[in-house]
Amino acid sequence: MTAASDRPVSGDLAAARPVLDAPALSRVVDRMAHELLEKNGGGADVVLLGIPTRGPHLAARLAARVLAFEGLTVPTGSLDVTLYRDDLRLKSPRALEETDLPADGIDGKLVVLVDDVLFSGRTVRAALDALADLGRPRAVQLAVLVDRGHRELPIRADYVGKNIPTSLRETIHVQLSETDGTDAVLLGPAGSAEPMRVAQP
Amino acid sequence: MSWVLKNVTLYGEGDPVDVALHEGVIAEIGHGLSADEELDATGCVLLPGLVDLHTHLREPGREDAETVDTGTQAAAVGGFTAVHAMANTEPVADTAGVVEQVWRLGQEHGHCDVFPVGAVTVGLAGKEMAELGTMADSAARVRIFSDDGKCVSDASLMRRALEYVKAFDGVIAQHAQEPRLTDGAQMNEGVNSSMLGLAGWPAVAEEAIIARDCLLTAHVGGRLHVCHISTAGSVELIRWAKGKGWDVTAEVTPHHLLLTDDCARTYDPTFKVNPPLRTQADVDALREALADGTIDAVATDHAPHALEDKETEWGAAAMGMTGLETALAVVVQTMVTTGRLTWRQVAQRMSETPARIGRLEGHGRPLAVGEPANVTLVDPGAAWVVDPAAMASRSRNTPFAGHHLPARVKATFLRGTLTAREGKPV
Amino acid sequence: MNRHLLSAADLSLDDATLILDTATEMAQVSDRTVKKLPTLRGRTVVNLFFEDSTRTKTSFELAAKRLSADVINFAAKGSSVSKGETLKDTALTLEAMGSDAVVIRHSWSGAPVNLARIIRGSVVNAGDGTHEHPTQALLDAFTMRQKLGRLEGLKVTIVGDILHSRVARSNVLLLKTLGAEVTLVAPPTLFPRGVDSWPAEVSYDLDAVLPKSDVVMMLRVQRERMGAAYFPSAREYSRRYGLDVDRVLALQDHTIVMHPGPMVRGMEIASEVADGLRSTIVDQVTNGVSVRMAVLYLLLGGSESAIGSAEA
Repeated sequence: MTAASDRPVSGDLAAARPVLDAPALSRVVDRMAHELLEKNGGGADVVLLGIPTRGPHLAARLAARVLAFEGLTVPTGSLDVTLYRDDLRLKSPRALEETDLPADGIDGKLVVLVDDVLFSGRTVRAALDALADLGRPRAVQLAVLVDRGHRELPIRADYVGKNIPTSLRETIHVQLSETDGTDAVLLGPAGSAEPMRVAQP
Repeated sequence: MSWVLKNVTLYGEGDPVDVALHEGVIAEIGHGLSADEELDATGCVLLPGLVDLHTHLREPGREDAETVDTGTQAAAVGGFTAVHAMANTEPVADTAGVVEQVWRLGQEHGHCDVFPVGAVTVGLAGKEMAELGTMADSAARVRIFSDDGKCVSDASLMRRALEYVKAFDGVIAQHAQEPRLTDGAQMNEGVNSSMLGLAGWPAVAEEAIIARDCLLTAHVGGRLHVCHISTAGSVELIRWAKGKGWDVTAEVTPHHLLLTDDCARTYDPTFKVNPPLRTQADVDALREALADGTIDAVATDHAPHALEDKETEWGAAAMGMTGLETALAVVVQTMVTTGRLTWRQVAQRMSETPARIGRLEGHGRPLAVGEPANVTLVDPGAAWVVDPAAMASRSRNTPFAGHHLPARVKATFLRGTLTAREGKPV
Repeated sequence: MNRHLLSAADLSLDDATLILDTATEMAQVSDRTVKKLPTLRGRTVVNLFFEDSTRTKTSFELAAKRLSADVINFAAKGSSVSKGETLKDTALTLEAMGSDAVVIRHSWSGAPVNLARIIRGSVVNAGDGTHEHPTQALLDAFTMRQKLGRLEGLKVTIVGDILHSRVARSNVLLLKTLGAEVTLVAPPTLFPRGVDSWPAEVSYDLDAVLPKSDVVMMLRVQRERMGAAYFPSAREYSRRYGLDVDRVLALQDHTIVMHPGPMVRGMEIASEVADGLRSTIVDQVTNGVSVRMAVLYLLLGGSESAIGSAEA
């Protein structure tokens, strides 16, 4: 019994080609941090909530940049959306990831959800439902490292690290040193993996 | 109608011969015999018709589980020509009226002779002695008395019963179960019961009664038969009593020769029986004792139950399992194929000795010219798979469902009349 | 394929750890303003209780409701069951009503196993006779891990009516799987024959075992056992096997005191001890909801169960 990862890393990693290498990924995160500060007038009441597995690490990186650029400490946390997903019944129950909100909570805050890849939008939908049960933010924004298109819900990101047009047969692998030992975004070739979109019941 | 069984070995010994059955007796044994009907018995073993000391036919009272008709058909299929019908019916067989009714039903249906067992105490209540002499003198000619299902636990009453039946050569067949030690008991007390959380039926509850009854038998010079012994300790006690020269006999059931209390781990009430299935060490001791003669006889304790009494929680389920149709095959599997018993010894333990204990005439006789044609033809090579739905018994609670068993009864004759053939009653 | 939780023995180390980890996340829901998750929306859980147990029934009910399942409480006492309807008929009726899981409490050992053979949905054993109570063992393990930080190598002493205790059986099996060392303490009459084969130590001497224990779990001792000569009097039982204030002094500083409830204060446990700082009795109740949420989620939350036994 293994917990199915949020984004199964199926397919042949060796056949994947890098879209972002480590320096490029670092520059992208820098830019996202700048955009965040710019859009929110300094980021005074911002809370960064990462969606596991890699979201919380990206949130922490963004917070570190904000601290470096502005000297501002932004609260970060982790929001597991597994129990709110709409595809629970399509596979075996998954192990839960940590949900860890900042001590001051999210009421009245500007919550920025942080995730590695934006694809169908269903994960973000689940995150919005989870947020509603946890409190009432002033506003919610979305930051993603990669937007690969193919939305199935009316959802868009406020901050995008890189837009990567893909076919449904292609796979995107985000690697972070915290979880994968290295920083990179890889694009797996068409046919190298099962389609990542899950068939609807 | 006359029959000739062609090419059969008597008791599985010697060269094949033909055996002719005519006018209720074994008319001729030889070669090249002929008759109205011929049955090719090549490779088969001829035994005297089997005699069961311990059958529950359920009639009167629980005709939904079994009747004398269906029960004796099952007996015939299993190779039996005589069964002893236990007294725990509704009403209890504690009067001449009830035992004569059961006996007559057996005669009317004609599948197998039925010899009723009389209750030792009125209503099996263990308080007052039933009219044992009247039952002995009745048309049913009762010789075995038992409160089976319940133990005659009152030592004084047991003593008197053992004494009283001496007047008509009766025997008390004891269901050895100390009631206070088995209050609410569900299965053998041991490792399995401890894990399953089922109240234990300790071996000592059986053995304590057997020890006491052997001593009482010695004291009054009576005749004791111990029903369905199930533990290694009981074997030791019977061996001890026989060594003393006391008139004590004992029976074992086929299921206690094959199954252990591991079966209870499924919580399938099919395996709930009284006395309970025990451990492998007990099974081994019982097999050894049956082989060396310490245990005199195999008795089925055929206990049919309606589906709703078994298709329930273990604790709420009735105790007992059917056995008439599988008895011989289980004995062959556990005792013959393992080299513990010869076919002649099977004939002793399943026909001759039970007939002697029940004081039956006309059953358990030698395979010889002029003897009653109560015979069972066994095909030792016919392996089969037990299918509860295919049984002649009205009930389906066999613990051997799906078991592959060796040897099958090919035909059964009661006084020269075919009563069952190839697993079907005639 | 639907699976069941019938015995603590159904759970592998991975299964048990997954349940405890999941329960840790579920516990957070109890601290929120909105104590509800949409996870089991549209699923139906039946509480089939053939035996009174307000606390276990309420705990399962709350767990199912926090996961948004529909809950039917079917108290078999006073229903058609007491009028002779069989377990089978009751089960088929409930299934015809579309239940996805049945949580069963029954006075006969093994009844959940029998039920699992009849119905298609998942069966959760909420206590059967003197057999098992696996979710109690899970919440006990959860509480131990919460308070002491680990289970591996923990010395757990379980004291009381082992013979009749389903809590003891499930705890022995689960704690063995989780790597704890269990010692059972009771008067010899309250051990089952065959206990030597259990994966646990056996002792008749509470005072010898207490100083070595990290966890002391007291079991309820029913007064009616006295009538059956298991022990002579409540006073003598309490003196030899009760956890009183003096005995608590012999415990290590970190040792916790547990009780599955309901307690007989003054019999197996003194009131001061039950209400004392070491007592986790209230935590156990709280944790029961989280653990049962985890079990229901893992059995019912997906297309197939992530834990439990396929066998019945």
